[in-house]
Amino acid sequence: MNLLDTLLRCVGTLVAFLVLPLVVGQAEHKVMAHMQGRLGPMYAGGFHGWAQLVADGVKFVQKENVVPAGADRRVFQLAPAVALLPYLLVLLVIPVGPDGMVGQVVDAGIFFVLAVMGIGVLGSLMAGWASANKFSLLGALRTAAQLMSYELPMLLAAASVAMAAGTVSLPGIVDAFHWWWVPWQLIGAFVFFTAGLAELQRPPFDMPVADSEIIFGAYTEYTGLRFALFLLSEYAGIVVLCGLTTVLFLGGWHGPFEDGLGWLWTLVKTFALAFVVLWLRVTYPRLREDQLMRFAWTVLIPLALAQLALTGIIKVAIS
Amino acid sequence: MSTLLAAAGSLEPAARSYLSPTGQEIVFLLVGALVLGAAVVSVTTRQLVHAALWLVVALGGLAVEFLLLTAEFVAWVQVLVYLGSVVVLVLFGLMLTRAPIGRSPEADSGNRPAALAVGAASAATLVTLVVDAFRSSWIDLSGAAGTTRLTGEYLFSHWVLPFEALSVLLLAALVGAIVLSRAKGGSADAKPRAGKLRTGLTKQKER
Amino acid sequence: MHLAYPAVLAVLLFSVGVYGVLARRNVILVLMSVELMLNAVNLNLVAFDVWLRDTLHAGQALTLFTITVAAAEIGLGLAVVLLVYRTRRTAAVDEVTALGDRHEADELSDGEKEQAAA
Repeated sequence: MNLLDTLLRCVGTLVAFLVLPLVVGQAEHKVMAHMQGRLGPMYAGGFHGWAQLVADGVKFVQKENVVPAGADRRVFQLAPAVALLPYLLVLLVIPVGPDGMVGQVVDAGIFFVLAVMGIGVLGSLMAGWASANKFSLLGALRTAAQLMSYELPMLLAAASVAMAAGTVSLPGIVDAFHWWWVPWQLIGAFVFFTAGLAELQRPPFDMPVADSEIIFGAYTEYTGLRFALFLLSEYAGIVVLCGLTTVLFLGGWHGPFEDGLGWLWTLVKTFALAFVVLWLRVTYPRLREDQLMRFAWTVLIPLALAQLALTGIIKVAIS
Repeated sequence: MSTLLAAAGSLEPAARSYLSPTGQEIVFLLVGALVLGAAVVSVTTRQLVHAALWLVVALGGLAVEFLLLTAEFVAWVQVLVYLGSVVVLVLFGLMLTRAPIGRSPEADSGNRPAALAVGAASAATLVTLVVDAFRSSWIDLSGAAGTTRLTGEYLFSHWVLPFEALSVLLLAALVGAIVLSRAKGGSADAKPRAGKLRTGLTKQKER
Repeated sequence: MHLAYPAVLAVLLFSVGVYGVLARRNVILVLMSVELMLNAVNLNLVAFDVWLRDTLHAGQALTLFTITVAAAEIGLGLAVVLLVYRTRRTAAVDEVTALGDRHEADELSDGEKEQAAA
């Protein structure tokens, strides 16, 4: 019984991991198109091009898997897996609904999530170095610098929520949530979401893959299925970031009829945030590398520290 | 795992024996072998970046060992700090010092035999000593000793002063790293500013 | 669990680290070997902490402090290494012997020549 339960949860997480990123990817196609006055994919699958990503997947599988002659073969081939797997592990511990609707309960939930997400950068570094291409190497170095800088405000913002809730377990944080936490943790939510966007290298923070100057950064030499895995890891990252922001700052499953429809609330909030991610991509131009670093160190970190102080003061005042 | 434990217990009533390892011990030994192998490859390979990647395997394996020893919080800190930051910094350094793809000739120095002798001697001495001293000691793993709540309690009740001292140390390290990595001469206009074209040749000469 | 298992593993890891520190020529590889030695010590601290059932949990607290200090150490160490690489064009420990003296003109980079002339 226990084993079956664990197995079911793992399978459920795997299905979510395979489906949700595709939904986000399809939404990106259509939302971007409509914001730019286009229609986007219309033919694949018949109804408004719903099967576009399936068709894309088939195309990627058919393509040849090229490994450059000067590349370090093993590291080159291993890199997509290292980039993708951390997001699967993180998705396992994000609670969806009340009463244990979570892949696996981990006592130090926030800690686990942030620790494991930090491993993903190794995939980009490996890919960039092993490609034997100077653009790839530049992209990898930019990725590493960016992730190291934005990890700190992200951790500080998450620490603020943990302090407010008095626990580091993700279901525990959602349990302790009250509606007035939203204004209270507003700055923290902004910092967490922005830093998360930068960690995913989404526009406007996509300097490491800036196509106008370094082609596609660390992923320049990748083709076929491996390239598709890197793309999948980006969309899985969006799902994970939006899910985490929902759980930490927007109260997860809390909403009307939360006993029965809790999981629906989590999904609705997650997809609303994913929409914001796509919206930002269409709205803002790319930041330059030094602007990127300055934004992290002179804007986000002071804001995160201010939020931490605010949380501490109010926590002491109400206890 | 519980069935495995029961089986081990039924075969050998005095369960505390090297001949009937528990499930946890088997996992510990397997992961330990992996950690040791990765560490050995990491210090012997001539491919610089591969050495750093094997170090990742070794440090990640150690995090699993911490989990097996019920030190959960320490394990996640290990993953966060070592795998997420230290190894990334090391890889960053290797790439900035132009680590080539393939073997690099100057990875090892000429005193490998001496190093091997010293390493083997220290290993032999210490293993003999440790095995002799702790041959009959057992760790009781019942009752988690390293949960986050417990860690927070002892860290902020008994260890507050060292904790604060450590934060001062980190601040000093931060300032030190910034001072070290600033460009020589400290010319403030070396950085590119928005909307201003860089014209001076001084910066290019430095590179 | 037998205390000997973690203790022996820690000893072997430490010895591997000792070998690495002595045998390696690239500074960054030496730093990595130092990290291995520190981790061996951490494993020992955690194992003995659990074994002794210390009420203060000195072992685990000390492990957390060691990890933090190691992070500071690697940051500073790499800053030094990159500075050396920028001025000397090498990352080998046995080539950095000048201790900052400027008598070897061929080792100086362009920027330093300019400074020495000024």
